[in-house]
Amino acid sequence: MIDKIFLVGNPNVGKSVVFSRLTGVHVVSSNYPGTTVGISKGILTLGRDKVEVIDIPGTYSLEPVSKAEQVAVSLLKDSPKESSAVINIIDSTNLERNLFLTLQLIEEGYPTIVCLNMCDDAGHRGVDIDAAALEKIIGVPVIPTCAVTGAGIKLLISRIVEFRVSGQGKLSHEERWLKIGKIVESVQKLTHRHHTLREMLEDASIRPLTGLLMSAAVIYASFRIVRFLGEFLIERICDPFFLNLYRPLVMKLSGLLGHDGFLHHLLVGDLINGQIDFKQSLGVLTTAPYIEFAMVLPYVISFYLVLSLLEDIGYLPRLAILLDNILHRIGLHGFAIIPVLLGLGCNVPGILATRVLESKRERFISATLISIGVPCVPLQAMIFGLLGGFGGFYVGGVYLVLLSVIIILGMVLNRTLEGLSPEFLLEIPPYRFPPLSILGCKLYYRIKSFLVEAIPVVLLGVLFINILLYAHLFEFFTGIFAPVVKGLFGLPKEAVIALAIGFLRKDVAVGMLMPLDLSAKQLFIAATLLAMSFPCVATFVILFKELGFKNLIKATAIMIGISLIVGSVLNFLVLR
Amino acid sequence: MKISLIKTKQNHKGRIAEIAALPAMHNKFMSLGLYKGREITKLSHFGLKGPVTIKVGRSIIALGHSMAAKIILESE
Repeated sequence: MIDKIFLVGNPNVGKSVVFSRLTGVHVVSSNYPGTTVGISKGILTLGRDKVEVIDIPGTYSLEPVSKAEQVAVSLLKDSPKESSAVINIIDSTNLERNLFLTLQLIEEGYPTIVCLNMCDDAGHRGVDIDAAALEKIIGVPVIPTCAVTGAGIKLLISRIVEFRVSGQGKLSHEERWLKIGKIVESVQKLTHRHHTLREMLEDASIRPLTGLLMSAAVIYASFRIVRFLGEFLIERICDPFFLNLYRPLVMKLSGLLGHDGFLHHLLVGDLINGQIDFKQSLGVLTTAPYIEFAMVLPYVISFYLVLSLLEDIGYLPRLAILLDNILHRIGLHGFAIIPVLLGLGCNVPGILATRVLESKRERFISATLISIGVPCVPLQAMIFGLLGGFGGFYVGGVYLVLLSVIIILGMVLNRTLEGLSPEFLLEIPPYRFPPLSILGCKLYYRIKSFLVEAIPVVLLGVLFINILLYAHLFEFFTGIFAPVVKGLFGLPKEAVIALAIGFLRKDVAVGMLMPLDLSAKQLFIAATLLAMSFPCVATFVILFKELGFKNLIKATAIMIGISLIVGSVLNFLVLR
Repeated sequence: MKISLIKTKQNHKGRIAEIAALPAMHNKFMSLGLYKGREITKLSHFGLKGPVTIKVGRSIIALGHSMAAKIILESE
């Protein structure tokens, strides 16, 4: 009796989309190899029976190279063959390469069904596969599907009872490729077509000159869209809502509470000139929701919209090729740009994505650099909100300092850490244009996960801070660290609270700086320090999980050292 | 004539004569369809010891510079 079904396939063949279709559980999918670095589980109902479906990271063979591939293969090998089966998902546009893993699975004796996915794309590219003939040759069911539209999924489910062990003998790698060559020749027909515009763009993006021009255009356009959409949402929707609809309501509450007292302090905060100032009042019902919904959320939406689009089109691996040379100087290879870009959204998935890198050394360097030098969207949104009013110079300054820290620290780590970082070997996917429903769904889940994680922490965080402020309990704390913050960084001692709160959440911490009436230069130093110093607690937990205790301590020591140096240097250069 | 993939010209086709990689990497090359006797086309090469892109069957693969140097082609 089969009680577990593993979804196994090469990276980037649509396993996660098939998983979502089979189980109704949403997982993030993209168009680059290595989107899935962990395991997702869901339940498929077959009549009265329930079967566990497990989505595992993609692998090219049963001999893993990266940590993500090790996760996939060891999970499969540890599971008893009598009670587990495999749905092998194949990218129909690239049958030949995918069959290597298929034949390995069959040779190992796994009960298997082959899901010939992306059939529609194969058709557009002039690839025609005779599924029935393939089924006859390899001896297991073969079902054509297009998971993004749902085509063929019903048939796949209806044939799931037909899992079969093919009983073909083991082959050497060379013999297997020879066999694959013969299979492909007999089941696949290619129709010659002229290059389409999409294929011309694919070609141009992997050549040095045209690739660089395209990347400059893509990065510039992405930045403009994120900024335009973020500002549009703030100015046209969020600010009018908070100022015209929400503020009068909270002012009524303030009146009911008598404009003063402990409860007023907690919920509404301080009134500035007799009015609520959402950036400065610091109440659970004023500043806390304003930070999350009117300053951070608009940029979370615009950032993830652009990132999701770039991910699904398949542009990111092309960016990896272009940046490989530069990233080599800091001990990484081009593919490390993907964890970095994910880290710009939130450091947690960014650090998790470092699993696609092959060596421990690379994973340590990239995770450390992300946690120190890559600001997440909430933090960036707050930096824009805080420093934007003083002109682009200061905002640009924060990014310039962070980029310099990444480069210098990366070069130092590359030279001082033992070992060498491996070279990259990366499959470049074709461009694909995802249906808007898939893109919208991915954006919805990313925003939902941001809100679920951020809102409770922000509300409780502001409540906690308010209680401590009301009881004057911060004064002891600020007294201890005041010499460092004042002497080294040139900031008032109250900034200690913001820097400490940064451990909880960066956006709240930047919010804490707003009522301090700092000069533009002081805000610039404080924002840079907040970006670099201790990552928020969620990132800390992930760093511990991914790097282990010893390396976490090492990364933290580097973080403290760098923050002290950069804070002091900036104070010396900017303030004095 | 044998020539390293690094020195091969852009858009040039050739069969793999040798892959001088460690056994662990050999498996990865093998699973991507890079093995002795396989025909590949070099698509591009990024300067200053940058990566090389090749076409193998219907796949496009990017390799770091020193990894590309491990592939020797039998040029036609």
